[in-house]
Amino acid sequence: MKLSALFSGNTFQHGVHPHDYKGLTRHLPIRRLPFAPELILPLSQHAGKASTPLVKPGEEVVRGQPIAVADGFVSVPLHAPATGRVRSLQLMPSARGPKTMSLILQVYQGSSQKELYDHPHDLRQLSADEIIQAVQEAGMVGLGGAAFPTHVKMKPPAEQPVDTIIANGCECEPYLTCDHRLMLEQPDNLIQGLHLMQRALGVERAIIGIEDNKLDAAQLLQDYVSNDPTIAVKVVKTKYPQGAEKMLIKSVLNREVPPGSLPSAVGVSVFNVGTLTQIGELLPHGRGVIERVVTVSGDGVQHPGNYLVPVGTPVEFLLKQAGVVDAAHEVILGGPMMGMSIAALDVPVTKAMSGMVVLKKPEPDTERGKEQPCIRCGYCVEACPMQLNPSMLGMLATSADYTGMQENYHLNDCFECGSCSYVCPSNIPLVQYFRIAKSINRDRQETAQK
Amino acid sequence: MNILVTPMSSVIDILLPVSFMAIFGLILAFTLVLANRRLAIFEDPKIDEVEELLPHANCGACGTAGCRAFAEKLVNGELQPSACTVNSLEMNQLIANFLGVELGNQEKRVARLACAGGNHVARRHGDYQGINSCRAATLVSGGGKGCTWGCLGYGDCADSCDFDAIVMDEHLLPQVTEDLCTACGDCVEICPRDLFSIHPASHHLWIACKNLQKGEAAEEECLVACNACGRCAMDAPNNLISINNNLAVIDYSKNKFASKIAIERCPTGAIVWLEEGVHKGPNAVKIVRKSALRVE
Repeated sequence: MKLSALFSGNTFQHGVHPHDYKGLTRHLPIRRLPFAPELILPLSQHAGKASTPLVKPGEEVVRGQPIAVADGFVSVPLHAPATGRVRSLQLMPSARGPKTMSLILQVYQGSSQKELYDHPHDLRQLSADEIIQAVQEAGMVGLGGAAFPTHVKMKPPAEQPVDTIIANGCECEPYLTCDHRLMLEQPDNLIQGLHLMQRALGVERAIIGIEDNKLDAAQLLQDYVSNDPTIAVKVVKTKYPQGAEKMLIKSVLNREVPPGSLPSAVGVSVFNVGTLTQIGELLPHGRGVIERVVTVSGDGVQHPGNYLVPVGTPVEFLLKQAGVVDAAHEVILGGPMMGMSIAALDVPVTKAMSGMVVLKKPEPDTERGKEQPCIRCGYCVEACPMQLNPSMLGMLATSADYTGMQENYHLNDCFECGSCSYVCPSNIPLVQYFRIAKSINRDRQETAQK
Repeated sequence: MNILVTPMSSVIDILLPVSFMAIFGLILAFTLVLANRRLAIFEDPKIDEVEELLPHANCGACGTAGCRAFAEKLVNGELQPSACTVNSLEMNQLIANFLGVELGNQEKRVARLACAGGNHVARRHGDYQGINSCRAATLVSGGGKGCTWGCLGYGDCADSCDFDAIVMDEHLLPQVTEDLCTACGDCVEICPRDLFSIHPASHHLWIACKNLQKGEAAEEECLVACNACGRCAMDAPNNLISINNNLAVIDYSKNKFASKIAIERCPTGAIVWLEEGVHKGPNAVKIVRKSALRVE
C-alpha cells in the first residue's frame, strides 16, 4: 500500500464539504403518494435512443403494462405507472428544456396501486445473458441521476474484465436521502439485486460503499451480509463528490480510472443502490420501473419527505402534495450541487430524478454576490476532485478559447460536480462556463463530422 | 621560462576557439545555403500582393480558412474575387484587374433569423438568472422560454458578430442589418437553437419560425408562431411551400415562384416578405403590445 493511502483514509483527494441539510428528511420513512390525474411519460427518459410506443391514443392500459419498447440495444422500454387511458402522444416540456415526445396517460381515479401486470421469472434458472436481458426489459436506468441504461453497463468490453462491483450508497449531494432510506428499509432487495448483478457479470467480489454520515445504514447492511463472504460494506469519508463513480473507486479500492475511460478499465462496475434495490425488487416478478423514491426537501416545502412517486407525475402535483410555501422561489431537480433548476412546473418526474429541492429566495445578506475577476487564489484547484485547473479553464473560457480548454486543460475530464464554483470567493460560475465550452465544442464536432 | 611560454599559449588560447567558431559558422552557413537551394518552395509573389488587397478580416465568409488561404485560391483561379463579401467592390475590381480574371458575380448573401418571437409576443415560464448568454441559458432547463425552439434573446449572436451587423432590438430579438452582413456565419455557429442560416438576399419569402408544434399548442407559447395550418402550402405554386413536421418549409430551388401571396394566407404572420424591411400579410395577427410579457 502506498504511504499516501495510509493517511488518506478511505477517500479521494480534494473535494468540498457543503452543509448537507439531510436532517430534514433522513428520519422520514418512504411514503407512497396518490396518483396524479394525468401522467406525462416521455419516451426518452434515458441516455440513448428513445423507445417506440406500443399503444395508441385511446387505448386502455393497466398498471405495470409495457407501453413502449426499446429501440436498439442502448434503449429501454417504458411501463404504464397506473391504470388508465392513453390520451395522446405529443410534444411535452421536459426538465432538460427541449420538448420531447411523451405519452399522456389519464389515470382512472380510484384505481388500485397493486401492480396488475406480472411476468415472473425463476431467477435461479436464468443465465447471465438472460439476467441482462431481463434488466433491459424492466426499463432499468441508472437511478442515481445519470439515466444510463443499466444493462449496457452490465456488458463491459471483453478486454476489460470486471473483478469488483461497487454499490454506490454515498449519496453525497446535500438534501437527498432517498438512497439512505432505501438502504434502511429494503436491504433485502438491495442484496438480492447485488447478487443478481454478481451472477450477471460473473464477479465474486462486491463492495457497498457508504459515507460515514449514514452509519446506521452501514451497520444494518453489515449485519445483513455478515455471513456472505462475497459482499463487504465499506464506510468512506463524508465528502462531496464522494458518490461520483471515479471518486468512489479511488476511495474504496484505491484504483484510479485513467482520464477518458470507463470504470471497467480498472476492472470495476459501479451501480447506484437505488438501481440495485429496484432490480432486486422487480426482476423476480418481471416488472418494469414504474415508480421511484424522490426526496422532496428544502425550506420551500412544508412537508419534506421521501416519497414513492409514480414515474410521470407532474412536478406541480408532487409539490402540491408536499405543500409548497408561498415564498418558494426556485425548484431544483436532483441535488443542489449538480441538479438543475427548472423553468416550468409542468415537467414530469422521470426515472432518473432522485430529488427535488425547493428553495426560498435567499435573504439579501446571504445572497451570492456579483461575479468578480479571478484573484488566482487557487481554492478551485484545491477543490477539483479531478485535479484539473478550473481557474485557468475559467480564464480561457472568458477569452472563448474553447479548443485550448479541451486540448491543453482536459476540459472533457470535468464532470461538472460544481466544487470549484462552490468554493470560488469571486463568485465565478465556473461550471456554467465549462458547460458552455463543452456545448460549443460538441456543436463544432458535429459540424465537422457533417 | 614561464614568462616565455605564457604569451605563446595565450595566443593559441584565443586563436583556437576563434578559428573553431569561424569554421563551424562556415559549415553551418554552407548547410543553410544548401538547404535553401534544395528545399526551396516556390511561392507565387502574387499571393502576398493579393493578400495585401484583402480586408484581413479572416472571417471565413468566402468559405476558406482565412484571407491568406483565399488569396492562394484566387491566384490559383479556384475562386473569384467577388467571393469576398467584406471587401469593397472597388478593391475586388482591383484584384480582378491585377490577376486579369473575371470579377465574378457573387450574389449578396445575408444571415437570416428563423424566429420572430420577441418578449412582447412569446411567453416565458421561468426567470433565468446567471451568465448573460443564450448558450448558458439553454443549458439550464432550456432557459425558461415557452417555445423551446425560439430565440432566447441574450444576444450571443450580436456579441459574436465582428461587423456590428446584428443588434438586439427593444423586444430582445436580434435584427440583422443586411448592408453590414458579410455572411461570415459566426452567428450561425454560436446560436444554440440553430436559428440563423445564410441565404442569398434574393430569398425574400421567409418562414420566421421553427416551432414544431401544431395549432393552439404553438400559438399558446407565441403569437407569431407557425401553427401548421397549411394555408400557405395549399395554393403555393409548384410545391414551393410544404408542411413538414408541423412547420412550413420553403423549397428555395423554386424561389422564382415565390410571391407575396403566401404571406397573405398566413394567419399568424410567421411567413414574412423580407425586402427593404419586414412585410407581413393583411391577415396576420396585429401586434399592439410594446412591453414584455410577464413571466409566469
